[in-house]
Amino acid sequence: MPEQVFFALEAAANGLMTGVLYALVALGFVLIFKASGIFNFAQGVFALFAAMTLVGFQNGQIPFAHLINAIFGTSLHHFGWNMPTVLAILCTMAVMVLLAFLVERWVLKHLVNQEPIILFMATIGLAYFLEGFGDVMWGADIKKLDVGLPQGMSSAIDEATYSLFGYGFFIDRLDVVAAVVAAMLVVALMLFSQFTKYGRALRAVADDHQAALSVGISLRFIWVMVWAIAGFVALVAGMMWGTKMGVQFSLSLIALKALPVLMLGGFTSIPGAIVGGLIIGMGEQLFEFSVGPLVGGATQNWFAYMLALVFLVFRPQGLFGEKIIERV
Amino acid sequence: MKLTRLAAVAVAATVAAGPALADLVFPSLSYRTGPYAAGGIPFADGYKDYFTLLNERDGGIGGVKIQVPECETAYNTEKGVECYESTKGGAALVYQPLSTGITYQIIPKASQDKIPVHTMGYGRTSSVNGKVFEWVFNYPANYWDGASIAIKHILDLNGGNIAGKKIALVYHNSAYGKEPIRTLEELAKKHGYEFKAIPVDHPGQEQKAQWLEIRRDRPDYVLMWGWGVMNQVAVQEAANIRFPMENFIGIWWSGSENDVRPAGEGAHGYKALNIHKTGMDFPIYDDLKKYVYDKGLAAGAGDQIGTVLYSRGMYAAVLAAEAARKAQELAGTPNINATQMRDGMEALEITAARLVELGLPEFGPAFKVTCENHGGSGEGLVQQWDAKEGKWVILTGFIASDREVIDPLIAEDSEAYAKENNIAPRCN
Repeated sequence: MPEQVFFALEAAANGLMTGVLYALVALGFVLIFKASGIFNFAQGVFALFAAMTLVGFQNGQIPFAHLINAIFGTSLHHFGWNMPTVLAILCTMAVMVLLAFLVERWVLKHLVNQEPIILFMATIGLAYFLEGFGDVMWGADIKKLDVGLPQGMSSAIDEATYSLFGYGFFIDRLDVVAAVVAAMLVVALMLFSQFTKYGRALRAVADDHQAALSVGISLRFIWVMVWAIAGFVALVAGMMWGTKMGVQFSLSLIALKALPVLMLGGFTSIPGAIVGGLIIGMGEQLFEFSVGPLVGGATQNWFAYMLALVFLVFRPQGLFGEKIIERV
Repeated sequence: MKLTRLAAVAVAATVAAGPALADLVFPSLSYRTGPYAAGGIPFADGYKDYFTLLNERDGGIGGVKIQVPECETAYNTEKGVECYESTKGGAALVYQPLSTGITYQIIPKASQDKIPVHTMGYGRTSSVNGKVFEWVFNYPANYWDGASIAIKHILDLNGGNIAGKKIALVYHNSAYGKEPIRTLEELAKKHGYEFKAIPVDHPGQEQKAQWLEIRRDRPDYVLMWGWGVMNQVAVQEAANIRFPMENFIGIWWSGSENDVRPAGEGAHGYKALNIHKTGMDFPIYDDLKKYVYDKGLAAGAGDQIGTVLYSRGMYAAVLAAEAARKAQELAGTPNINATQMRDGMEALEITAARLVELGLPEFGPAFKVTCENHGGSGEGLVQQWDAKEGKWVILTGFIASDREVIDPLIAEDSEAYAKENNIAPRCN
């Protein structure tokens, strides 16, 4: 086979892996939208906040140290110990559950029965608040996240493909881990929603709020639960992206990568988020590989949105989204 | 009557909030929030701390106290312009916009308002030409100097011959990132290397395609013009594809601790240019400790001291203070205005002996600013990241850029600007 074909295959394989990382972010959006009809603009900031909290716990950093030092003239920074990664993840999860509870208590509860646009605006406010709150709590410096995930080229894949095709493929080991984690996450979420009591309640709320309320399902509990699950998904996405690029403000911008994935896969479908991520990831890499050199390169960002727009024209609800028909 | 009282209170409040009339005012357009805060905080801290030192130790400059009003831009051009507009009325002496975008917007305004702008190692490169850009200074070096210094370093590594070598530029797909392309193309003609430019879209979190391209093309050297998250991802991706890090060289905005720490051991050996030295092995830190840090007067959280970008902020303040000193000398009065500050900047001379007096021996290059040359000596050094020690190691002395290639480019670009804006060349 000519070398160009191998290059294209390598680009496609890496695109699929990158697509999984996009899908991880998109999953959080889907969960909340499915259960409450809210497009959570703050999902990217959730990932950032979760990753910052995880690093903070791991490093034994004192929360709000800068603020405390500024007010009391102290010089506090660290507790003087490091927390084991697993414990730090559990503590971060607890913080995300608390955050979900507070969001429901202080934001959503007061906006029941409001227009979706009002709820959307509330999540924009929440995003700005959390950005600043995270900085005050953990500092704005760029942090290294090390949760023991492997990184760098997989020698095994390189050698195997070289012996088969005479061309060694580059695959990042972190991307392989992300793909496995995403698959497990999707399976777990599917099992949860299909076979557990709370999963059924979640689906009932997603189908019809009023009907769910009438059979005794607590809307507020379901909202807390779904925001907590979205917080967990954000933590997983934050761990993957944070390992890749360090924990920093820009991590919140990965939400922009999830938008075309959602438009393509549909806002209400978990498998849609995965398939959408894969299509966007592979599409943008192949487009950059084949057309990029002809148009000056750096096509990934706009290509993803262009592809999503094309899908919108022909299938507004996305590939797997529910078709909504409203009576006039 | 009520209105008169209200007006009086408003005037009193404005006067109280603003700097005292006799103070020397150096506004700081900082960005402590937003996506680039990690880079903005150390610079703003270094800038502020040096002026605090002068106030505490020397009673200001020439006996006149210094004020550093800070305005948050979040690295946003619109906010930067708002900051300029809101602070210029307070007897501002010089602006450091800290962003190429803000610089381009401020240049015409500052020229109109007759306030000098100092863009140290960024901004509009051709503002080196003082004949055209009366109010803009970019000493001690600019992007085109940076491109030339990187190539000179590569020439040194290859015994002066890089004909046939492949050199790629990974750049932020913006006006800033595109700055070195023309210079690198001209240098390619001169030295016979093969040049390829590879853009990365803002913000640069995903660069898989670019680094797969590099893996396929196997360039001998990769240069980088990045900022923010693009730097960290590029260093990580280079490590992922096992690109030899000692052949990967970033511009000075891609060479802070922030850019290499997230990649851990993988970043070991990565090189970057710098326009000054870094670290705390300079006598000035004894004074800073005594008069600023120990008194609890350090800016921000006080946790950025000695880092690359803190050093850069401090260096910017040193050069501003030295220009103010020169301006006071020329004007014959310690109470200078922005026009006199500009005169001081245009007559600024930094000698090796003066750097020793300042407690910064060999911290930066010696240079002289003239009416024609607002860009200084155009020198820079190469530093390398030692991941094991967690610090930058200086590899070279200050390297001068290739004037033979750069000067005609500066003349061409600045003359075009003069023509577009009907500016009559000065310095005759």
